[in-house]
Amino acid sequence: MIEFLVKRLFTIVPTLVFVSMLIFGLQQLLPGDPAMILAGEDQDPEVIAHLRAKLHLDQPLPMRYAYWIGGVVQGDLGESVRTQLPVLDLILQKLPVTLELALLAMTIALVIGIPAGVVSAVGRGTAWDYAANLFALWGLSTPNFWLGILMILLFSVQLGWLPASGYESPFVDLQANLAAMIMPAFVLGNAIAAVLMRHTRSSMLQVLGADYVRTARAKGLSERVVVLKHALRNALTPIITLGALELGTLLSGAVLTEQVFTIPGFGKLVVDSVFNRDYAVVQGVVLVTATTYILLNLLADVAYFLVNPRLRS
Amino acid sequence: MKFTFRSCLAALLLALGPFALQAQNLRIGLAEDPDILDPTLARTFVGRIVFAALCDKLFDVDEKLNIVPQLATGYEWSADSKTLTIKLRTDVTFHDGEKMDAAAVKFNLERHKTMAGSNRSGELRPVSTVDVVDASTVRLNLSVPFTPLLAALADRAGMMVSPKAAQAGGANFGVKPVCSGPFKFVERIAQDRMVFEKYAGYWNKSAINLDRITYTPVPDSTVRLANLRAGQFDFIERVASSDVEAIAKDKRLKIARITGIGYTGITINVGKSEQAQKNPLGKDARVREAFELSLDRQGLAQVVMDNEAMVGNQWVAPNNSYYAKNVPLPKRNVERARALLKEAGVTNPSFTLMTGTNSEAQRMALVVQAMSRDAGFDVKIQATEFATSLNLADKGDYEAYVLAWSGRPDPDGNLYSFHGCKQPLNYAGYCSPETDELLNKSRALRDPVERKKVFEQIATRINKERPVVYLYHVNWLWAYNTKLAGVRNIPDGLLRLQGLKMN
Amino acid sequence: MSASAALPMAGAARGTEAGPWLRAWRRLRRRRGAMLGLVVVLIFVVLAVFAAWIAPQDPIATNWGAIRKAPSAEHWMGTDEIGRDVLSRVVWGTRASLLAGLASVSIALLLGVPIGLAAGFLGGFIDGLISRITDAFLACPFLILAIALAAFLGPSLTNAMIAIGVSATPIFVRLTRAQVINIKVEDYVEAARAVGNPPLRIALRHILPNILAPLIVQATLAIAAAVIAEASLSFLGLGQQPPAPSWGSMLNVAKNYVDNAPWMAVWPGMSIFLLVLSFNLLGDGLRDALDPRQR
Repeated sequence: MIEFLVKRLFTIVPTLVFVSMLIFGLQQLLPGDPAMILAGEDQDPEVIAHLRAKLHLDQPLPMRYAYWIGGVVQGDLGESVRTQLPVLDLILQKLPVTLELALLAMTIALVIGIPAGVVSAVGRGTAWDYAANLFALWGLSTPNFWLGILMILLFSVQLGWLPASGYESPFVDLQANLAAMIMPAFVLGNAIAAVLMRHTRSSMLQVLGADYVRTARAKGLSERVVVLKHALRNALTPIITLGALELGTLLSGAVLTEQVFTIPGFGKLVVDSVFNRDYAVVQGVVLVTATTYILLNLLADVAYFLVNPRLRS
Repeated sequence: MKFTFRSCLAALLLALGPFALQAQNLRIGLAEDPDILDPTLARTFVGRIVFAALCDKLFDVDEKLNIVPQLATGYEWSADSKTLTIKLRTDVTFHDGEKMDAAAVKFNLERHKTMAGSNRSGELRPVSTVDVVDASTVRLNLSVPFTPLLAALADRAGMMVSPKAAQAGGANFGVKPVCSGPFKFVERIAQDRMVFEKYAGYWNKSAINLDRITYTPVPDSTVRLANLRAGQFDFIERVASSDVEAIAKDKRLKIARITGIGYTGITINVGKSEQAQKNPLGKDARVREAFELSLDRQGLAQVVMDNEAMVGNQWVAPNNSYYAKNVPLPKRNVERARALLKEAGVTNPSFTLMTGTNSEAQRMALVVQAMSRDAGFDVKIQATEFATSLNLADKGDYEAYVLAWSGRPDPDGNLYSFHGCKQPLNYAGYCSPETDELLNKSRALRDPVERKKVFEQIATRINKERPVVYLYHVNWLWAYNTKLAGVRNIPDGLLRLQGLKMN
Repeated sequence: MSASAALPMAGAARGTEAGPWLRAWRRLRRRRGAMLGLVVVLIFVVLAVFAAWIAPQDPIATNWGAIRKAPSAEHWMGTDEIGRDVLSRVVWGTRASLLAGLASVSIALLLGVPIGLAAGFLGGFIDGLISRITDAFLACPFLILAIALAAFLGPSLTNAMIAIGVSATPIFVRLTRAQVINIKVEDYVEAARAVGNPPLRIALRHILPNILAPLIVQATLAIAAAVIAEASLSFLGLGQQPPAPSWGSMLNVAKNYVDNAPWMAVWPGMSIFLLVLSFNLLGDGLRDALDPRQR
């Protein structure tokens, strides 16, 4: 397995190279002239010319890629043309925020989703099944921004129980931090819980019908042991895949949720930068989140091995 | 009122009276994230709101758009209007303690003119040199007379930063700005907040009652309002017009409204590219006139802005002293529109209206489409993302474009860049040497009465060609907690901090 | 095991075996939830196809005498911010939202499953290459990919569908690949290989049917996500263009009027919910019906 891990670590480099090319290429795809949009409402031609030179816009594409990637390799991710703040600083400011939100949301998702899926599969066809399904579907079918706004209107404006915004670092003021994070984490976690629940259910159903489960039952093992020890373990494969994927998505920032709850994470930063054609920011952030995501996948692959003994051979 | 812990505490504090001094923190919700906090490089409207706390300027404008002194005490034009002598206050210090004197002002003006990427150099182009007359007097020498200079000096071009800090900070001064306003920079977390703290050495100390200001960008107007209602903000700008009714019913909130100095209109490609000649709207002024006559401006303002706008047909609002009364607001006249179209030989003209993707712009386009249909127009709506639309407009790859402008105190700021030949904001591609001559003349005259006469001539010419169909002037809408007192409603839409108090 | 060989079938002894898909259909018919889902989906499809005949009014007819009016006899679902009939817009919006859901997921399936199959089954260098590229795509935030593609192609419903479909493809590649890897080591696959079946036949006949379950579940989830992604793209100005309606863009506009005109949001919101619900019920039923180990 060590050998497997080492091999996988080597694959990270080509993936990251692909990511850098992909995100760079995507930015270039965006129509419009970045110098114009960054020049603001007065559109002063001198400012536009200055920005064109700064962004190397008149150079051919490969040269621009080289400028950027050359800086990255030396640790310089450039600066936001819109605000002059260094990209690395922006990332360091927002990484803990997005990380915290992702972990909180994922915890909520796991705590709600997997047990709901197990209950639904085991109690298939009963009221439990339908209730769990309905809850999961409600989480899936409401857009995040919509659910978020409703929650703010209810819990912040009407009831005054939770603040509508006001992120504070957990090390500065833990209570304020949790108060500000609980709603967005729930909104995000809810949707993911639905996904996890559905996949857990499907996977469990598939596995519960398998021979080795029948064997376990025939052996006289209690239902609980059968379900938790034998069935769930094997049902976990697609769940792990999805869990890793969803966490990865969370890490790239929940754009709309962050916007609604004014959480200063990656999502909002990246989307605003796309619309402002602030290339360096988008490229820098995506590169960092991509690295995190890839490492997560590595962990997921390791988990496969641990969970499914048959893959080890 | 609910008997929550908070309300009991508040009652207790009130009872304690003057012994209960709470830190006066003002939390403001902005509609966008500001850009660079360097007055030389700054490029957005929202940045100007923040500058009101951070940087004082040579002059300011009041409710009637008169130029009033701020860092300056007075000014004097020479007889030929090519020299402006400005007298300065002597008690001003920057946030780092350095004194503001004529040399500092000279430094700043030259910085505005020469720094790489400066967005102010265009505004100060006619200024060729700056002389230090004495420690509290500067003299600006102009290459041509330029009356709008004062208005420019009442905005970012007149903002004074500490020369010492500017030299130390170089191109990245804006990351940690050191300026001359009532509040000094504490921290900025991009897209989260900007925090400013009272500057103890401010020259106008007595007008400042707040200790701390926090600006937070919240782009969605519903969320911004929710934050105000839930108590996270004390003040929000750019309230959505559809929310006004609900806010009026809330006893804890107040609304402030004033018609802005900007405008919303439809820019038509009349000469920016060959496309202008391919479409009847761009080709024939009669078709444009018919289009204007098919629109009911009041109806537009009603449906799109819930009447939170003043209808107009020029680059300044009808209540502006420079509004040309000889070009009055036309009423909707569908028959005349149809007659004009018949005369022009095109009874069912079709064109594409490019608009932004925000809901207001789309509402406007839909209503325009419906109204003009009555006269025979077939308008196709093309919602385009802003950056793309800007590019298309600049290339002339469009037929009509819904555009709004935030406005400048001097009418020249709403006029020159838009209707002067080949000027940066002249997306219509309108070009007339006679109009250019009039525009230059209006900039050189100082007497408002004479200027007005020239503006009237310009208005007649613009109205004849209609490169822009002006529709209305949006009200700046603010909402704030009733605890906040001293809010001054100034048509440029910027909140001044002097005189504000939280009760 | 392929569906036909899995269980002792009643018909096998007699030699008159009903085809595996017909049997699956029969199993599907028996599940009430799935049938309900199917019926609702079909209703939506009918609404979408025959919108012109079903909608009582013109969905783009503005009427500024009737702005934001509550539901009444004249407008069963009320009117929106420029006086259009919400009911008619919901009916016409079915088309856009159904297309957003179905077309994008179809694109994702058509692209993602074969690539995932190839990667998982063939292994080695091809797997490595595909996996790295897929990882690269997955590492980019979905919305960023979708925005970039939609902005590049131009804002329209069709381009939004393509953008969403392409952005959703990597997930299907990954899921398919993971399942294939898991199943590859099963005895029946080894057996099929030992017998000398060509790889394509093994992939299509032995592997594909057995990995369908999570794919179907993901597909139904993806339809839900696609309908909502369309709403997100509308939020950003890149989806269905006005005045044509889609539930997503209606919901997006309605959020500004939650206080004074809640009906603007309730109806499109409920429609999204119903559509997602029915697709999921249907997907559930399909999964069970196609499961070779159905008890």
